[in-house]
Amino acid sequence: MSVVNLTNIVKRFGAFTAVHPMSLEIPEGSFITLLGPSGCGKTTTLRMIAGLLDPTEGDITIGGERVNELPIHKRNLGIVFQNYALFPHKTVAQNVAFGLKYRGVSKEESAKRVKAALELVQLPNVGDRYPAQLSGGQQQRIALARAIIIEPSVLLLDEPLSALDANLREDMRIELKRIQQQTGITTVFVTHDQSEALAMSDLVIVMSEGRVEQVGPPEEVYNNPASEFIARFLGTSNILDARCTEVSGDSITLDVSGMGAITLPKNRSRDVKEEEQVKLVIRAEKLNLLPQSAAADGRFAIEGLVETVDYQGQAARYFLRMGTTQLQAINMIETTPFSVGETVSIRVRPEDCVVLPGGTT
Amino acid sequence: MSWMFLRIWTALVYLFLFLPIGVVMLLSFNANQFGSFPVTGLSFRWFFKLANNDAILRAFETSLLLGSLTAVISTTLGVLASLALVRYKVPGQNMISTLLIAPILVPEVVLAVALLLFLNALSINKSFFLLLMGHVIFTLPFVVLVVQARLVNIRRDVEEAAMSLGANPRQTFFQITLPLLAPAIFAGMLFAFTISFDDITGTLFWKPGGVETVPTQIFAMLRNSISPEINALGTVMIILTVGLPLLGIGIVRKMSTKSSE
Repeated sequence: MSVVNLTNIVKRFGAFTAVHPMSLEIPEGSFITLLGPSGCGKTTTLRMIAGLLDPTEGDITIGGERVNELPIHKRNLGIVFQNYALFPHKTVAQNVAFGLKYRGVSKEESAKRVKAALELVQLPNVGDRYPAQLSGGQQQRIALARAIIIEPSVLLLDEPLSALDANLREDMRIELKRIQQQTGITTVFVTHDQSEALAMSDLVIVMSEGRVEQVGPPEEVYNNPASEFIARFLGTSNILDARCTEVSGDSITLDVSGMGAITLPKNRSRDVKEEEQVKLVIRAEKLNLLPQSAAADGRFAIEGLVETVDYQGQAARYFLRMGTTQLQAINMIETTPFSVGETVSIRVRPEDCVVLPGGTT
Repeated sequence: MSWMFLRIWTALVYLFLFLPIGVVMLLSFNANQFGSFPVTGLSFRWFFKLANNDAILRAFETSLLLGSLTAVISTTLGVLASLALVRYKVPGQNMISTLLIAPILVPEVVLAVALLLFLNALSINKSFFLLLMGHVIFTLPFVVLVVQARLVNIRRDVEEAAMSLGANPRQTFFQITLPLLAPAIFAGMLFAFTISFDDITGTLFWKPGGVETVPTQIFAMLRNSISPEINALGTVMIILTVGLPLLGIGIVRKMSTKSSE
């Protein structure tokens, strides 16, 4: 059963269309992420679900009930904002208890639930303090406690981690996921950070310029990008121009510019015809570098020159050149990284490549 | 060397500014009829005399009433205007904002004459009510400036968070916006009160016959003779107009440290 349903919702601001017709079903208890660069319409979509913006067209239902005309304070939502949005003039306990006031919860019951909520976010002893006396990470936990204490139909998270520093962000990510799983609250998460999206979500919705580019579980979105945009946005990809030379049975052969012919399983592409211009997408970490002299191992192999090495500790990012074509590869470092000027053998398994329609180039 | 000079210069400037005020306060406790040094004896007689002067007491009453009403009206209007201008899209927003602030920029004499001529043109007689409206006009900008500045700093998402938790817009205003705005409202009120209490220029033009505020009363008394009573009145005024804002600032500080982000 889905908790939230968006049916062909559109949002226009004057002549500008922020969200093009979009439909989405959010299953009960799931953690879904709206992912995209800034200005892609993800926050606009979240604010429409929240009732902070009215959709220009289309319907929004929460728990089977159409909520288009229902104001925000009647939607029973938990929202966590990027800048915590705690009430600075109220204590932590008063902040967390705020939503209960409007739900006819008795004083004793309220105190009990505040205590439980503070324990859930692992800050049991800060009830008497004011928000300004807490660190950013602690404030965000309180904001989360305040949102989930009302047992919302949906929990909406608007870039809740982006105001925190890097280390804290990873801790909070794990914490957030734990709390979501423990409470089973249906959650919509908005972020521009691909690693957050991949790590936390059951379902990722990648958006670009107001349109949904792809919907799928994290691995599918990552390994089978549906468009060049996603291939570029998630991780580091090599995107090469290619021409389809042969389609036979369950394999296709491409003539890739600068790399020559490569044959890959047909399920790595969507309906490609012979002589069609396509794009070949190879993730940087799927390109495996070996010494020039390494024996053939059944994978596609080609020689390239190491131009630049970007050393990252346990891994290195290589910029490789083959004639006019440049490739990027990210490899774990076993002993010492390859050095600049070295010629290496570049290997890739054909089934790790993705073929996308080529467009005009 | 140059530092030394700067120090002495600074001291002289402050002396020039505050010595007369100090002298007035000192002389108000002087037992002698004629303000002269050395002070011949400490006495509260001028204060007692002041307390028995009906004209001054009436003026004091008028000033207090005028100041309080100005503060209340100005603050109410100022808060409403600020909310509208900051939180909502109003056509001609910038224009309205500029017009509200404009009375600060226009010399008070000009404003006073303009309002007087305007009233004459409409053949409306001067009255306490019109005097009050005059004071509201030129205290309003201060309230708007102070309240707007604070309101801009109250993040919209704090109000959105309250609404998402079930508070309707009215509850959100009283639970969240108003308490966060309170220091600014309080400060604006104090500004309005002290400015109104102090004002003489506009008041001279607008006051109906027979009505005197403290400043116009002092002005009238000075025309006849310089009585030491005026020194005593000056001391009371200084304590009121300096002490009240200081007290206010103290309270505002206390209120906002608790709620600072």
